[in-house]
Amino acid sequence: MTQLWDFRGGVHPAEHKDLSTARPIRCAGIPERLVLPLQQHIGEPAEAIVKVGDRVLKGQKIADIGTGVGVPVHAPTSGVIESIADYPVPHPSGMSDRCITLKPDGEDQWCPRHPISDYRALERDQVLQIIREAGISGMGGAGFPTNIKLRPPRDRKVSTLILNGAECEPYITADDMTMREKADQVIAGLKIMAWILRPERCVIGIEDNKPQAIAALRIATEGTQTEIAVIPTKYPSGGEKQLIRILTGMEVPSGGIPADIGVMCQNIGTAVAVANAVLEGTPLIARVVTITGEAVREPGNVEALLGTPIEYLLQQAGVQQEKLSRLVLGGPMMGYTLTTEAVPVIKTTNCVIAATARELPTPPPEQPCIRCGECAAACPMDLLPQQLFWYAKATEFEKAEHLNLFDCIECGACSYVCPSSIPLVQYYRFAKGEIRVQRAEQLKADRARERFEARRARLEREQEEKELRRKERAKAAAEAEARKKAEAEQVAADGEAVDERSAKAALVEQALARKKAKTEASRPQPAADSAEDKPDLEALEKQLSQAQSKLETMQGMLDEAKAQQADNVDKLERAVAKNLDRVKRAEDALAETRDKLAARPTESQSNP
Amino acid sequence: MAFVQQSSPHARNARPTSRVMLWVMIATLPGLVAQTLFFGWGNLINVVFCIAVAVAAEAAMLRLRKKPVAFFIRDNTAAVTGLLLGLSLSQFTPWWVSVVAVISAIVVAKQLYGGLGSNPFNPAMVGYALVLVSFPVAMTTNWAEPALLWQGAPGFGETLVTITSGQQTAVDGWTMATPLDEYKHKITTHTAAEVLTHPTFGEGIARGWEWVNAAFLAGGLGLMALRIISWHIPAGFLGGLILMSLAFGSNADLYTPLSLHLLAGGTMLGAFFIATDPVSAATSHQGKLVYGTGIGILIYLIRTWGNYPDAVAFSVLLMNFAVPFIDHYTPPRTYGHHKARRGVPGNQG
Ligand code: SF4
Ligand code: SF4
Repeated sequence: MTQLWDFRGGVHPAEHKDLSTARPIRCAGIPERLVLPLQQHIGEPAEAIVKVGDRVLKGQKIADIGTGVGVPVHAPTSGVIESIADYPVPHPSGMSDRCITLKPDGEDQWCPRHPISDYRALERDQVLQIIREAGISGMGGAGFPTNIKLRPPRDRKVSTLILNGAECEPYITADDMTMREKADQVIAGLKIMAWILRPERCVIGIEDNKPQAIAALRIATEGTQTEIAVIPTKYPSGGEKQLIRILTGMEVPSGGIPADIGVMCQNIGTAVAVANAVLEGTPLIARVVTITGEAVREPGNVEALLGTPIEYLLQQAGVQQEKLSRLVLGGPMMGYTLTTEAVPVIKTTNCVIAATARELPTPPPEQPCIRCGECAAACPMDLLPQQLFWYAKATEFEKAEHLNLFDCIECGACSYVCPSSIPLVQYYRFAKGEIRVQRAEQLKADRARERFEARRARLEREQEEKELRRKERAKAAAEAEARKKAEAEQVAADGEAVDERSAKAALVEQALARKKAKTEASRPQPAADSAEDKPDLEALEKQLSQAQSKLETMQGMLDEAKAQQADNVDKLERAVAKNLDRVKRAEDALAETRDKLAARPTESQSNP
Repeated sequence: MAFVQQSSPHARNARPTSRVMLWVMIATLPGLVAQTLFFGWGNLINVVFCIAVAVAAEAAMLRLRKKPVAFFIRDNTAAVTGLLLGLSLSQFTPWWVSVVAVISAIVVAKQLYGGLGSNPFNPAMVGYALVLVSFPVAMTTNWAEPALLWQGAPGFGETLVTITSGQQTAVDGWTMATPLDEYKHKITTHTAAEVLTHPTFGEGIARGWEWVNAAFLAGGLGLMALRIISWHIPAGFLGGLILMSLAFGSNADLYTPLSLHLLAGGTMLGAFFIATDPVSAATSHQGKLVYGTGIGILIYLIRTWGNYPDAVAFSVLLMNFAVPFIDHYTPPRTYGHHKARRGVPGNQG
């Protein structure tokens, strides 16, 4: 018996799963047209490598990634490329994106395939390459390219490989049915991934509301080391972080990935796709999709070709248009609504709910938060949803971030229980989006400031160099002058040496006269000088010390603000920079004045 | 085709505030029935009257504040505030005292702070405390003698007249000190056995009061079973009170015994229905426990060394003050973090 841990929070939404588990997985067949988005997962979009009018075979690669993270796209059946253009794609925003449209010719003719029965004879990299070439990306959530995920950083040994069969979202039964009907393929895929990763432990986590799937997997794993962990039904136990906690007792560090603690999660569908790719040589061209909801007469699971329009599947399931009020892609807790039925099935499409208004009613209007704390009790991440909501609403994003907004997995448990019907998750998405925008802008501003500062430093340097050159020139000139004078005196001395005595006397006289003249000339001067320069100096000194103390205060405030992650850090940073500037200018001015004074005859300085 | 566009989650299972409040009202019924049986019609009349005034005051304020009146009235929170006041005020409280209490609860403590969800203090207790300090005589002398009904007086009409006329002359014959008050005052000069001969204590712990408290306890446990309130606040409340009275008051000849603390006065009503007001209480489970315990301890302190016979209102209000502080120090540790992040930058508690 595998040891299980619990996670705090969580909710128990009505399951509605038996709607779609009554009949086996059906084959959806080939629709009239297949629409294949070039981007079906996070990362880079693929580029079409076929032209309009080309005839392609089933399984033929029709788009690939040049550089970057991504996987290729294949033709789900044989046919002719009809267009490469923008079509609506499954996305919360209801946007359009570049798609290849394939008109099937009905022959379903395969391109040559290369099944590998003994993958163990290959290099691991070769197997990863096969997985990449088969176009496999995670078939649960965001859909990260599987070959990349299966190659964790060198210093991160995966010691536990988890197959996520929890499927905790209500309504969805695609994984459940897959486990029931394709348990052998699931295990074969798991074995391949385990062979690549060499983990110490392989465990499949399944919620206890799927007894048949559990039984099927038990048979399939008989005699192997793979553990089947039957976990209590609670939403969101299928969330990656929650499942890891349940099965290992460990937590994925905030901002980290499971590999940081030696764990990796893979989806049931992904395991099947890996098995198909390696053992059969078939790329990822179809997947199991749950079509359910009370607005369809025959809910169930279908194996649909990628690119099949949702419309086609709904019609097959007997959709009752007059009853249909909301079309949800994914589960009712985390899925998003569709604006049109025309979007195609993609690699991450696991469920379509055609809901009636009674089934998923529009929520009542938002009421004030009554601080009941239900949301915090339900949050599986142990956040404070109510405070997050408060700060998101007040657009005090730094405070929301401080309360770990970015640890929110948007599971919706908090909204689900809120008696005031506050769409909490919507506020979090809004806040996250705003913060991301702000960060991007901050980055831009930082770059601009760096550039500006570099330019200022360069100008200053140039100025200093100019000054230095000027001083050098002046010095050189002075030296030349002195030399000339010395030479002249030498000449004079040479000439007058005849009468040394008289010459000496004359020299003494000259010196005396010079001194007298100088004293006379400079006597009133010092007074004037000190009247003019001294206060100046003092004022400058005062200015400098003022500027310095202001800078210190500002710096102190900034440090404090930084420590508290307050929202005025930016402003303070600017203030500090400005004061730094001011101090520098004051110092420069002071130094300059001092230089000037130093250049004067000593008397002027020693005089009060 | 126009589908409903909605952000996730699409499924919801919330009990709307209005329904939660309705359940709270239903759960007070056993207590109200017990009050009526043992102390006469007074509380029943109070409750009806206070609810009416509360709803009217709320409606008027919402209109003044230009808020959707019907939308907010339907959340039932004003009615609950009125109900709680009606249950807490003494049986022969003159009608104008009730009005002052309800108006200050709804208008000052709730609406002037921004309405539902924004009030830092428990509205009902603000109203109660206000009239308690403003009209101490009317508030402390109008407690009906327990088990009046068994003796057959006064009737519904008489009670109504007493409450509405402001003519309190008749009251003297039917009222007496509350058991907590009686015990506290007499124990300084008498032994416990002597004090307990006073009719307010009856055969058991505190005639009538024990049943009323038991009935509120039952209603409160019902709310817990329905998961409308969590166990944390009542447990902390009663736990704090029990701990204090075990620590200080084990000698019944010196201090009010634990049984009286628990079953006389507004203890159970306070623990399950008043302290649990979500708006003015701490939010996290841990915080709720601290909050409840604080109330329990304060009640003991005020009852024992303070000037007021019952202390629920003051204790709740004092702990309302502490809520931001408690919330600041009781955040949970977020998954994947080493330790909890306390408070929020910029407004450190
Ligand atoms: S959506 Fe975010 S805040 Fe709400 S319960 Fe889930 S993790 Fe917690
Ligand atoms: S559940 Fe809703 S009403 Fe209750 S504290 Fe959370 S946000 Fe506020």
